[in-house]
Amino acid sequence: MASPALNRRRFLTFLVAAPTLSIGVTMATEATDAEAAIPTLPAPADLLDLGDILILAGTPTANMLVLTIESDGSATLQLPREEVGQGITTATAMLVAEELGIELDRVKVKLDDARPELLFNQLTGGSNTIRSVYGPVRHAAAAARTRLIAAAAQRWGTSTQGLTTRDGLVVGLDGLTESFAALTGAAAKADLKTAAPTLKAEADFTVVGTPTSRIDARAMVTGAQRYTLDLDVPGALPTMVRRPPTINGTVKAIANAAAVRAMPGVVDIATVETGVAVAAETFGQARDAVEALQVTWNAGTVDGESDASIKQKLRAAALPFVVPPLLTQYVDAEFDFAFVSHAPLETNSAIADVRADRAEIWAGLKSPIVAQQTIAAELGLPQDSVKVHVVQGGGSFGRRLFFDSALEAARISKAMKRPVKLMWSRVDDMRHGRARAASHHKLRATVALGNVLTFEHRVASVETDFRHGLGEILTAMAASLPVAGNLGFAQTVFLTTIKSPYNFGITTQLLNEVPLRMHTGSWRSVYSANTRGAEEIFVDEIARKLGRDPVAFRRAFLKTARQRAVLDKVVTEGGWGKALPAGFAQGVGFHDEYKSCTACLVTIDARDTTKPRVVSAVIAADYGRPINPRGLESQLLGGLSDAISTTLRAGLHIDRGLPLEGSYSQFHYARQKDTPTDVKIFIMPATGEPGGAGELGVPAAVGAIANAYARATGVKPRSFPIIFPVDFEPFPR
Amino acid sequence: MPNYTFTVNGRTVTVDAPADLPLLWALRDKLGVTGPKYGCGIDVCKACTSHLDGEAVNPCVVPVADAAGRDVTTIEGLADGDALHPVQRAWLEQDVAQCGYCQPGQIMAAVALLKRTPNPTDADIDAIENVCRCGSYFRVRQAIKRAAELMGQG
Repeated sequence: MASPALNRRRFLTFLVAAPTLSIGVTMATEATDAEAAIPTLPAPADLLDLGDILILAGTPTANMLVLTIESDGSATLQLPREEVGQGITTATAMLVAEELGIELDRVKVKLDDARPELLFNQLTGGSNTIRSVYGPVRHAAAAARTRLIAAAAQRWGTSTQGLTTRDGLVVGLDGLTESFAALTGAAAKADLKTAAPTLKAEADFTVVGTPTSRIDARAMVTGAQRYTLDLDVPGALPTMVRRPPTINGTVKAIANAAAVRAMPGVVDIATVETGVAVAAETFGQARDAVEALQVTWNAGTVDGESDASIKQKLRAAALPFVVPPLLTQYVDAEFDFAFVSHAPLETNSAIADVRADRAEIWAGLKSPIVAQQTIAAELGLPQDSVKVHVVQGGGSFGRRLFFDSALEAARISKAMKRPVKLMWSRVDDMRHGRARAASHHKLRATVALGNVLTFEHRVASVETDFRHGLGEILTAMAASLPVAGNLGFAQTVFLTTIKSPYNFGITTQLLNEVPLRMHTGSWRSVYSANTRGAEEIFVDEIARKLGRDPVAFRRAFLKTARQRAVLDKVVTEGGWGKALPAGFAQGVGFHDEYKSCTACLVTIDARDTTKPRVVSAVIAADYGRPINPRGLESQLLGGLSDAISTTLRAGLHIDRGLPLEGSYSQFHYARQKDTPTDVKIFIMPATGEPGGAGELGVPAAVGAIANAYARATGVKPRSFPIIFPVDFEPFPR
Repeated sequence: MPNYTFTVNGRTVTVDAPADLPLLWALRDKLGVTGPKYGCGIDVCKACTSHLDGEAVNPCVVPVADAAGRDVTTIEGLADGDALHPVQRAWLEQDVAQCGYCQPGQIMAAVALLKRTPNPTDADIDAIENVCRCGSYFRVRQAIKRAAELMGQG
């Protein structure tokens, strides 16, 4: 269900003063009746989800994005978002190519530096990018097209009637053509008379909706793609940090600073809030020096906490059910999910050049404005004296919402009075980086006469950190939120992302958080991967209680035909119910989020219950309006791998205030041998506006994999990852 | 500090470095060859996979001294000018990369596999341990099979 407020969005384009054609676009919302725009039932996320909130918060921002027709006729889009592999640069380039009438390979997308004037409109999260820029990018390109056509008509002395664009040319009625390059100067003249821009009809799309390869794929396969640590910032020395033996520990004393300073290649040492930094000529030497440091430490913030104590706190924190298990039949289940590292392959890294009166930062940042504000405050500089460059990132999965490495690099650069290129080791990244918070789930459904009367889910989670600007957005939008009362940020995010796709009678989903000072953060689906994943497992258990087939049961209770269509697609394509050898089983899961929905059907080989492997997967997804089906398939494939990993083997053990895992040999994110040799993905045809994409794939796959495991082994999984021994010798603290 | 001379992508280079400096940092920090990526430093993630005399190695654990007098090939040296290697072409066909950070290592591992095993089975491909945190494995698998076809066509 689309929010009425969003349907009334419109966009204003304007000419940016420049020698070549440059179009800015701002969003404006027509006056709406706020009461009518924000209905209160049924569930908040059905009406106004987190992505909608991010769109509305960004609405008043002027000059949100700028499209320029360069003097060579190519187009450059300045995008105030972060690319981390999710494919938004390709998708937005496709929107430009479609609306402007230019070849895709002549569209460049540049990630904007931090632009504080954008306020809430430069946060990459909540599966929100395409949803928020689908309109503005097309309007900017349509305005540019209209001006190019007007300039051509002026040159030819004709009317604009019937003039079109294709392949970077304006095409006249009698076969005349003129290149954008030849027109961009004239099209930039403020006195050019133009018609009102009109958008191409979606039915006429030839680029949008066509499977397209990434625009940066060639750079990636040739090694030319530059990530933060690949940038050549003059004088920026390789820098690493010796970190405490427990989370948030601080430096008490260094016993051998002089000896380490004298080591080959070492240039400087500095103590900062997070540890002891060493700058050296190479990262190899910085690493050796960091390891040689003898440091004594003050306690951290959770030194007494281990998995058992945290689990106990979570169980105690889960809110009680409302419905007592009396008079009716009921199903109960409890689930535990371990901490999970984001573990992007590019570890936390940043370059900082801090001078007395200014600073410059380079990093992969999904919230660069908050990073800029925080770093400026930390350095005692005015915000506009801190330049923050957004660099394409090597994976994120939520991690790069935080700017830990950028802030740390700024502190080190200030202390050392030199530019630094900071790299976190993998061990640093896994032990002191961010993680999905551990959670405990209690579910209860009451059933009678084949119906589900009530469905209750109580989630207790270690606090998820939202101090990357989302809190400020929610505060600013508080009056518009579809949730009552003074809910905290976490509760608001929970209620605007979590909803049940099923008609399960009275449904309540509640979160309670345990405040432990650990490094947490949203992990591909803020709460959905575990919360909705657990529900999909529970749905199978309710079906079993009622003696129903898991697919038939879901079909009967899903709310919409659109939802049933994706389920039917995987059932048909995956051959649900076909005979399989002993030890093999199918499992199914479904998820609906951010106006998109998906179903996943997997087959698992669990002949050895300790070494299960998902051998095949069929996924279908309806994104409302798929921009790049090929990129969406990538996102679903990634979501499947994430689900395989976190359901079966990948998690963090917390032991006396620190994760034990320190590398991929210990944190068992899936490898090639753990993933299916047969994957089929189906993107449903367009039906409306684009829904969210980045986070959608995980929860349905979590449910499908756990359900397949349960059906293959007869063991109901209750704790995730299912196979989770400490099967390694931890690195020294 | 001692000097070590070797070739990188056909170019003769000499680096002044401690003998035990990992080749990865000689390449990245001293020679500016940034295709091989750091992901773990202990030969686990394989993001830095490159070739030493045509064999796949992980330069994060190869001392620079071991490269002396030998030929190092990184992802930058795989294509012949603008003409991509068949594995790179297969990678583009299958649109494998997501964030791209592990892809130089994945590709160099695939090239080494196809050199040893021109028609790899799924089990052969399973033996590649390179981590792709974006989870692009299925497309990696398809691209390796496609590259085998392309290379078979000569």
